[in-house]
Amino acid sequence: MYNFEFEKPSTIADAVAALQGDEAQALGGGQTLLPTMKQRLASPATLVSLSGISEIKGICTGDDGALCIGGATTHAEVAAGAGAYPALADTAAHIGDPAVRNRGTIGGSLANNDPSACYPAAALGSGATIVTNARSIAADDYFQGMFDTALDEGEIITEVRFPVPEKANYQKFVQPASRFALVGVFVAKYADGVRVAVTGASENGVFRWTEAEAALSANFDASAVPDAPAADGMIADLHGSSAYRAHLIKVLTARAVEAAA
Amino acid sequence: MPKDHGIGAAPKRREDVRFLTGAGNYTDDINVRGQAYVYFLRSDVAHGRINGIDTGAAAAMPGVVRIFTGADFEGVGGMPCGWQVTDRHGEVMQEPAHPILAQGKVRHVGDPIAAIVADTLEQARDAAEAIEVDMEELPAVIDMKAALADGSTKVHDDLTSNLCYDWGFVEENRDAVDQAIKDAAHVTTLELVNNRLVANPMEPRVAVGDYNRGTDDSTLYTTSQNPHVIRLLMGAFVLGIPEHKLRVVAPDVGGGFGTKIFHYAEEAFCTFAAKACNRPVKWTASRTEAFMSDAHGRDHVTKIELALDADNNFTAVRTETHANMGAYLSTFAPSVPTWLHGTLMAGNYRTPLIYVNVKAVFTNTVPVDAYRGAGRPEATFQLERVIDKAARELGVDPIALRRQNFIQPDQFPYATPVAVEYDTGDYDATMNKLEEIADLSGFAARRAASEAKGKWRGLGVNCYIEACGIAPSNLVGQLGARAGLYESATVRVNATGGLVVMTGSHSHGQGHETTFPQVIAEMIGIDESMVEIVHGDTANTPMGMGTYGSRSIAVGGSAMVRAAEKIINKTKKIAAHLLEASEADIELKDGNFTVAGTDKSVDWGSVCLAAYVPHNYPLEDIEPGLEETAFYDPANFTYPAGAYSCEVEVDPETGKVTIERFAAADDFGNVINPMIVEGQVHGGLAQGIGQALLENCAYDETGQLLSASYMDYAMPRADDLPFYSVDHSCQTPCTHNPLGVKGCGEAGAIGSPPAVVNAVIDALHSGGKTGVLHIDMPLSPDRVWAAMQ
Repeated sequence: MYNFEFEKPSTIADAVAALQGDEAQALGGGQTLLPTMKQRLASPATLVSLSGISEIKGICTGDDGALCIGGATTHAEVAAGAGAYPALADTAAHIGDPAVRNRGTIGGSLANNDPSACYPAAALGSGATIVTNARSIAADDYFQGMFDTALDEGEIITEVRFPVPEKANYQKFVQPASRFALVGVFVAKYADGVRVAVTGASENGVFRWTEAEAALSANFDASAVPDAPAADGMIADLHGSSAYRAHLIKVLTARAVEAAA
Repeated sequence: MPKDHGIGAAPKRREDVRFLTGAGNYTDDINVRGQAYVYFLRSDVAHGRINGIDTGAAAAMPGVVRIFTGADFEGVGGMPCGWQVTDRHGEVMQEPAHPILAQGKVRHVGDPIAAIVADTLEQARDAAEAIEVDMEELPAVIDMKAALADGSTKVHDDLTSNLCYDWGFVEENRDAVDQAIKDAAHVTTLELVNNRLVANPMEPRVAVGDYNRGTDDSTLYTTSQNPHVIRLLMGAFVLGIPEHKLRVVAPDVGGGFGTKIFHYAEEAFCTFAAKACNRPVKWTASRTEAFMSDAHGRDHVTKIELALDADNNFTAVRTETHANMGAYLSTFAPSVPTWLHGTLMAGNYRTPLIYVNVKAVFTNTVPVDAYRGAGRPEATFQLERVIDKAARELGVDPIALRRQNFIQPDQFPYATPVAVEYDTGDYDATMNKLEEIADLSGFAARRAASEAKGKWRGLGVNCYIEACGIAPSNLVGQLGARAGLYESATVRVNATGGLVVMTGSHSHGQGHETTFPQVIAEMIGIDESMVEIVHGDTANTPMGMGTYGSRSIAVGGSAMVRAAEKIINKTKKIAAHLLEASEADIELKDGNFTVAGTDKSVDWGSVCLAAYVPHNYPLEDIEPGLEETAFYDPANFTYPAGAYSCEVEVDPETGKVTIERFAAADDFGNVINPMIVEGQVHGGLAQGIGQALLENCAYDETGQLLSASYMDYAMPRADDLPFYSVDHSCQTPCTHNPLGVKGCGEAGAIGSPPAVVNAVIDALHSGGKTGVLHIDMPLSPDRVWAAMQ
């Protein structure tokens, strides 16, 4: 790890100001960033910890009924406190290991947008709104590819608003070594239709499987899940071919529908 | 009623108190005043020519003590190989130089190019980034068969090819085996890969070199399974330090599994640099560094043929294996695919004709050497897989086919056609025990229950035999070992009767500090707490060959028994004197010496005190004091054997395999501490199941290590493993060591992979996928699913 300056502001405004510094980097729970820094693969001049900002922590219900989760809320807190959205709480409860869940935050995960992370599937599958210090971004506009998001330099996720669906479920098929999602599918049924978001599979990061959404919106039953999507563009690595990942998308979607129904 | 004391009792492990409460003393816990730290700049290419190294800017950076490159080791010995194999043409193996730091070329990702010694590790790392290496990348040789093709790039320019040796065993049987296969009623052929593994002990390797300018003594603290072997190899062959000026200490060691047997360049470097810099030098491997510098295991590509006659008797086995040596020869690498592999190809069976061909190949990968089981898992896997395939092809019960071909109890000692003589065994007994503890008769009902929930259930059964308790020195010397394989012990009795056993064996998880005292306690009739075990320091233990090959109790324990017998003989003389009786009439029982047929007695403590306060003592006949040393060289290997079964469920939709049941019936001969034996079996099973389902050390075609961290190298976790049914009540004691013990450390890792694979194949057949005859390990979900398509 290279040397760096460390700041821990207590307000959003101070954090935003601190992030204007040269090569400043926001620090959520650090569960990805710190190992990367230890390997000297990242070398921010200043780390701006968001863990001291109480206004971006915690869980509440918005006036529109959405579940609102502060950006610095840990996975363990979501697992315990998101009872209004059981599928989301369950998703958080199975991210990483206890250390990851007790340190890692929803804002940090969404800002990183790891192509195998769980939260991007939950946010996209729920049609969540990512609220920052500057604006609100619809999930459909937010995820822009592997490790790429709509966030601007120095922009902080302050809150994530999840519309609560009628039914939902997340199915994660773990990569045997890392236990990240080899493929993960989040299915949520809303009054106006079904959303299906897939993580772990695509070279472009999390995506919506629109064919399945259309079919399931018409008939929310596992038998309605269409044939597996094409393997083109799916990740191929030591742990699974692109064809295998495409196949798992179908299997897991059906299981999510069954579990949700 | 189980014993609470001595041999056969199950006291808890006394060493666990310090291991589990943070009071252990591991090598990384050792800090020598004034120590500097070394960081190794390692190659990020698999094969390259070093046209220049500019260390100028780096040397001027803060805290840098000195930067070393290969040029600093001209004239210093390279890393030695401890075993020379002679091939089927009578030629000795090709043995490349292995410098401490790369000279001229790098040959695998992780090969050390330079070593930066600095006041702090961070300073050393900073300086490493300022070193400029002019590297000309060369084509990498990764695939073994491609490495042997004409015109292949050579890993070592000065060798004639990438072939280390072409070994045939037993060469005289080659034609007869070929003929038997031609004449067979049925031949089953199987091609398979025994996947490359990384041992991954919990504690990475660490070395601390220290040099005393005043006395010219060198000390190395290191994570080793055999400190005396390191002292001999490093002192005599690498650095030219006589053994009396070199102390090697292997304190608490957090697991070895074979990979800490070998002498590594980092150890030699720290010892060398401590003198060169006149400062202690410490190195602690990071986990990723461990992945690319610890010797790997397995990595065989094999074709095996099993010939049977019309009555399903095995008539011949022929195997051809390509064994990956990696870029250099690690300390015992040449012995693993040969003498630890070919000699086991008879398995538990009467097969009369066997021929084993092994081509050892150099590639641009990390060196491969012994890993838990070392050669014997590779032999067991191919044999037990091909038998299973034969049973399937012939439509016979795989257990019955095995039983039909077992060596029978009345045939022991049994000389196999592959040069070893099994002393004892009863393979039907362990199979009977397995059928009982695994409840094999209930399998059909369990399969039906699995099917009812949409899963395919499979049963895999196999046997294994291993040769351990290695090894008779005169025999291994003929086979190419450049070392003896005896073991040693000094038993020191203190004046007040307590004992210290200084053993040449090393304990790094095996529990010697608990089991060895049980043996002494049994022999004398005293409490275990009166016995202390000292190991791991060449300064206070007799020359020993260390711990590997399931040899500690069989060889090290035997040395301790011999030394203790000398002690007991002497104490009987003293007791006879004190009791004014004939020595022949003295009996030692429950810590008391009595004169047979009388009520005269003297206790152990009084006799020991007399030896050190020899006022009333037979000084004319015997010396004062009670300290004896014995070296024990075994007459034969020991041959643990057993039968294992595995039941799996396969998810037809995803190919995911879950292990539902696993049973192991082992014959380890006599057992000292059944709890520790069970723990050893559990650990071996975890590693064997890990190999079968999860672990895979993978390179891409350019020689980049794809599995260089736990993000991609899948270690078995507790929830990957079932509760085991383990039994070791079938005991045919070893006939040639004093304890009748056979060793248990490797059995689980040897016996379990074929059980898992046999079970998965069985599950797929039950699901109608009858075209799947083999899947290469690890049987990860994507591989199983691909096989089903």
